[in-house]
Formats: sequence, structure tokens, C-alpha cells
Amino acid sequence: MSKKIIYIYKGFERFWHWMQAMLIFFLAFTGFEIHGLYYFFGFRDAVRYHNVAAYMLIGLIVFAIFWHFATGEWKQYVPTFKNIKAQLNYYIFGIFKNAPHPTKKNVLSKLNPLQKIVYFGLKVLVIPVIVTSGLLCMFYRYPTKYGIEAININTLKYIAIIHTIGAFLLLIFIIIHLYLITTGETFTSNLKAMLTGYEEIEELDKSETEEVY
Amino acid sequence: MRKIVIILLTIGILTTALLSILTRTDKQQNQLAILKERYKKKQVKKVDHSKFGVLQQKFETPQEFTMACLTCHNMTAHQVMNSNHWNWEREEYEVGRGVVYLGKRNALNNFCIGSHGNEGSCAKCHIGYGMDKDGKIFVDSLNIDCMICHDNTETYAKAPEKAGAPISTLNFNEIAFSSGKPKRSNCGVCHFFGGGGNNVKHGDLEMSMFEPSRNIDVHMAVEGANLQCIDCHKTEQHNISGKMYSLSSMNRNRVTCEQCHGTTPHKDEIINEHNLKVACQTCHIPTYAKENATKMYWDWSTAGKLKDGKPYTEEDSMGNHSYMSIKGSFKWAKNVKPDYIFFNGTAKHYLKGDKIEDTTKIIVLNQLFGSYDDEDSKIYSTKIHIAKQPYDPINKILIQPKLYSDKPGQGAFWTDFNWKKAAEIGMKESNLPFSGEVSFIETKMYWPVNHMVAPKEEAVKCNECHTRNNGRLSNLSGFYLPGRDYSPTIDNIAIVLIILSIVGIIIHLSFRLISKTKNGGH
Repeated sequence: MSKKIIYIYKGFERFWHWMQAMLIFFLAFTGFEIHGLYYFFGFRDAVRYHNVAAYMLIGLIVFAIFWHFATGEWKQYVPTFKNIKAQLNYYIFGIFKNAPHPTKKNVLSKLNPLQKIVYFGLKVLVIPVIVTSGLLCMFYRYPTKYGIEAININTLKYIAIIHTIGAFLLLIFIIIHLYLITTGETFTSNLKAMLTGYEEIEELDKSETEEVY
Repeated sequence: MRKIVIILLTIGILTTALLSILTRTDKQQNQLAILKERYKKKQVKKVDHSKFGVLQQKFETPQEFTMACLTCHNMTAHQVMNSNHWNWEREEYEVGRGVVYLGKRNALNNFCIGSHGNEGSCAKCHIGYGMDKDGKIFVDSLNIDCMICHDNTETYAKAPEKAGAPISTLNFNEIAFSSGKPKRSNCGVCHFFGGGGNNVKHGDLEMSMFEPSRNIDVHMAVEGANLQCIDCHKTEQHNISGKMYSLSSMNRNRVTCEQCHGTTPHKDEIINEHNLKVACQTCHIPTYAKENATKMYWDWSTAGKLKDGKPYTEEDSMGNHSYMSIKGSFKWAKNVKPDYIFFNGTAKHYLKGDKIEDTTKIIVLNQLFGSYDDEDSKIYSTKIHIAKQPYDPINKILIQPKLYSDKPGQGAFWTDFNWKKAAEIGMKESNLPFSGEVSFIETKMYWPVNHMVAPKEEAVKCNECHTRNNGRLSNLSGFYLPGRDYSPTIDNIAIVLIILSIVGIIIHLSFRLISKTKNGGH
């Protein structure tokens, strides 16, 4: 077992991650104001800012999709059930016993199996649902005969509620995500890695990894 | 490469945003500028009436005066006599009733109730002379009162309780020389005082509208566009566009804001979209009765109390009558937030003799139709006037009482204060049955609010409707209003999940910290 500093998050990934983080925080803040939970910008400005941030997020998502396919990084997110139990065991028991992380990061596999499943779920389910329902909120028109070319839906109710569910799921994800950041090698090593791109990791050779589980 | 992409993206977004902001502002300013230009032009009179020989004579009676008008305007009497201002009725179609001639002969309101039998007093607001209950005047063109609408000296006035005749001290020649298009004062003299006093009925039409300030009415403001009533209420051959839903039931001949401003007057597209379901008035008339109070509640059941055998009046803190022996008790309000309803331009009315189906419920005298699901409906602002008025509990019909008489002893309520007598005579004159019993029942009328449009800075703000509690639209249902509506189930589940995750994190973290100290660090 040896320690090694590796370059794990590339420039675009870090830019994408932090832009996405900022936009999602801002969207949550304006979104929950639109939801009626508090008054800060006022409804009108909250809607305006929410819409602008939404377009920016969509733009970012488009770039990220392009980047992931162009670089082949999308493979990182293919979910695997291998080692899931080990990862769960680690969070529930191992972490308290100072056990080693069951999966080791490297450039080819930087996500643990739990991350893979959760991020995959976010990417194929939560984000598409929240983006689609959000766009429907924007381009929804009241049923009308005045020839406006838009999607005529009788009520905003279900669109809005689905959008709200998506928002709550993202919020819960963020809360847990923020906590799990601290479960790296040290409390801040994951955060540092996402900021600088570099992370010091204990390197096991392949046979050792297999041995753990 | 990355930098180039980001820079290009930023420049792209900024240019698009800038372009869209600039072009939209231009469009809006153009539209308003064109309107201002159009209404700035002063009307120049086509003829000088003071030069006409026929108007130099000494007029003995108002009928002679009308005859003089008709010598030149010899096709006009026909137009006037076809107008609803003259006939006091409109041909309307009502759901469940078919074609009716809706007007003061068959409809009842919840102010002074009805004109039948009270013509001597009510005719002060008829464009004719010599109104009586048989309606003989309606066929004689010499009874047309031209000057109540066309006097521009502001001296012409009708005498009270003289069946529509003018006061006797008028200088007819001067009035004739001045005659021109109706001004706010001509319309206002009746329409501001309906129901027996200033601003009793409408709430948005009252004395302050003779010379309104910009804050009261942005269109008619003397220091602004100074629009006259007929600038919006366009008139063809004496048929004036626009009508009140107290006496109309069809979606036609309406005056709308869109007729001048179009359907997309805002630079903000989200606000323009609102026009599909929200009428302009709803946001642009934040309050009505801005200067003087309007009557909100009228309780006829307390009428008839006398002090020392004489009728008396009491006033509220604003100086409005709170009690009158002849009319009962009132509640007034100033700066009132309108009530909001879905309205599609059609209505139905309680007409004289209609059976009251459920006497435990409030009777709506003019039901305005509309709902969210109806694509012709929009949210409109309205005044709601509630009253307690007399009805016959045996026959279950509203009572048309005899209210006015020029001398006591003829059974009129305003002189004799006897409900049963007044009801008996009133119902007989209306050819309606009367059981001898008088009781009181609550009634409701909708008075859509269309005037007193505020300057744009004062338009209703988004938050006043898009808010969880006590928003302006809190009473409207059948649709999802963002900011007001949400699914309590989803919100509650989410809150539980959020709390669970936070609690879980805290427990997890504590265990980690404890184990860390035990293990003496990593």
C-alpha cells in the first residue's frame, strides 16, 4: 500500500461541477420562493431569475453531455451492483471502525458504486424530469383559441407538483451529498479534490482490491 | 479551447438578452405614443349653433326646444328612439329564458329595487320628458331630451321628481348655442349618482371623475389624456358601446381595454400571457371608490323608524348616510379592493315575478357566468353589493314596493312608511300577486369595476396574488396558481424526508466523531 497524488477531476469537470452547484443552489432558493415558502426577491423577480438560471443550467447540461460523450467519461456513470453492499457496509459500520474505503478511486473509476447508482439516477431520472417539467411550466399556456402556438394543457397543477417533487429530491440529494463529502480519506480531502483536481489516494494493486470483496 | 467556448457563450447570451430588451421597449413605446397622438387632437366643431335662426326664438317648453333640434337633425329622433338610453331596455338572450327585453321594466336591483310605479322620481335619469308608468312618452319624439347629453355649458339640469323635465330657470338659447358632443359632465350627471346619491351604485363612477387626477383615473385625468367617456364608449347612431351587467346578459357591444391597447401591451411576455386568463382591469384597478365611499350593504329591513313621528337620517364617520328612515341602514367603504370572479361576458338575471327557489340562500340578482375551464372566461374585478330587501314569503317572489309619491296618503313607503301598503300597491301596479306578508331576504349584485384605472406604477404586484395566504385571488378555485397552491401531501412527505436525512447525518456524524476519538484519530 502506497500513497500517491493523482489528477482525478479535470478542468471541465470541476467547472461543470461548481457551476452546476451554484446554479442548483440559486434555482432552489428562487424556486422555493416561487413555491410560496418565503419572500426575498418578490415573486416577479424570483420567476425571472429562476428562468434565467434554468436556461444557464440547461446550457451547462448540454455542454456536459457533449463533454462526457466526447471524452468517453460517461462510462463512469454506468451503474454497477458490484461492491454496493461493501460500500453500504462501509458507511454503516466500517467508517466507525476506521476501516479502509472498500473501493479505491483512480482515474478510470472515480466513483464508488453508490455514487454511480445515485448519479445515474439523477442524470436519467431526476434532472430530465425537473428540466422537462420546468420547461413545461415556462411554455405552458392556458387553453386558448387565440392561435398562440404552444402546448395547451388544461392545468398547471400536475406539472408544477412533479417539478416540486424533483426539487425536493434534489434538495435531499444535496443535503446528503454535502455530508458524504466529509467521508473521504480526511474530512476535506474530497472537497480539495473537487477544487484542485488532485487527490492523495492510497493505491492498492489489483489483487488487493479483489481481496477485500 | 475551454475559455473560448465560455467567452463565446457569455457574449451570445448577453447579446440575445440585450437585443430582446431593446426591441420590446421600442414596440411598447410606439404603441402608447400612437394612442397619445391620436387622443391629443382637439375636436373642432363642424358648425356654430349660435348662427342658426331656429335657435334664436324664445322657447316656452322643452318640447319646443326639441322640435328646433329636430328641424335640422331630422333623422336623429329615429336613432335615439331605438337606443337603450331611450327605451330603458335591451334585447338580450338569457340562458333558460330565451330572448328577453331586459330593462328597468322587468329587472330588479338591490338599491332602490325598481323604477315601476316610481317613474316620477326615477325619470330624472331618463333622456326624455314626462315619464309615466304607462310609457306613453316613448312614442313621441318631441319628448326626447337632447340637451341632457349635448349641453356643453354645464348648466342644463333636470328637476327632481318632475318625471324628467328640466329645471325652469334655464337659458335655452345659450344651451342650444353651446351644444356639442357629450362630455364627462353630461354622462356623469346620471351615471355617477345612480342609486340615489354619489357613487352609491358603481364604486368606480362618481363625482371625482368629473375632473379626475391621474391617481384616480389615468385615462380621464385632466392633466393627462383627459379622455371623455365617449372616447372609449364609441357611439354609432346614438347607440353607445359598453354596458353594465346589471341589465345585460350577452357578450356583445362591450368596451375593452384591448380595443386600444391590443392584447400584448407589456414588454414582459409573462405578463402578456396573463391576458389569456386575466382581464386588464384585474391588475390595473387595484382599488375603487378612491375619493368617495361607495355603498357596499343596504338593509331595507330597518327602514321606517321615525323620531317624533318624523323620518330622520344618521351619518357614519365619513359623512355618508348610515341610516335613513326612508331607505334603511347602509354600509359604505372607500379604497375598496375589488372582488374577483371568472367571467365570460354572459349573465342571467332575476326578473320580476321569478320564484325564489331556496329562501335560505342569498339571491343573486345578476349571476355572471364563467369558470377557469371555460376558455372565454377571464378573471375580472367586480364590486359586490349585498342587500336585505323585501320579498313575499308566501308567493316567494321579490317585492317591487311603491316608494315614491309626490304627496303622502297614497301608500308610498317614502311618505307613509308602511311596508304592507307599499308592497300591495307596488305589486298591483306591476301586475304581480301579493300575499299580504312582507319579509326580508339577502340579495347580491355584481358590478364589474372597469374605471378608475391606476397609473401603471400602482398596478397590482405579482405577490398580491401569487402568495400563500390572503392573496387577492384566494377565493378563486379550479386552477393551480403558483405561489398560492401546492400539494400539502408532497410538501409534508418532503419535509419528513429532509428532517430524517438531517437527523441521520447528525447521528452518523456523532458516531464517527466518537469512534475517531476512541481510535485516536486516523
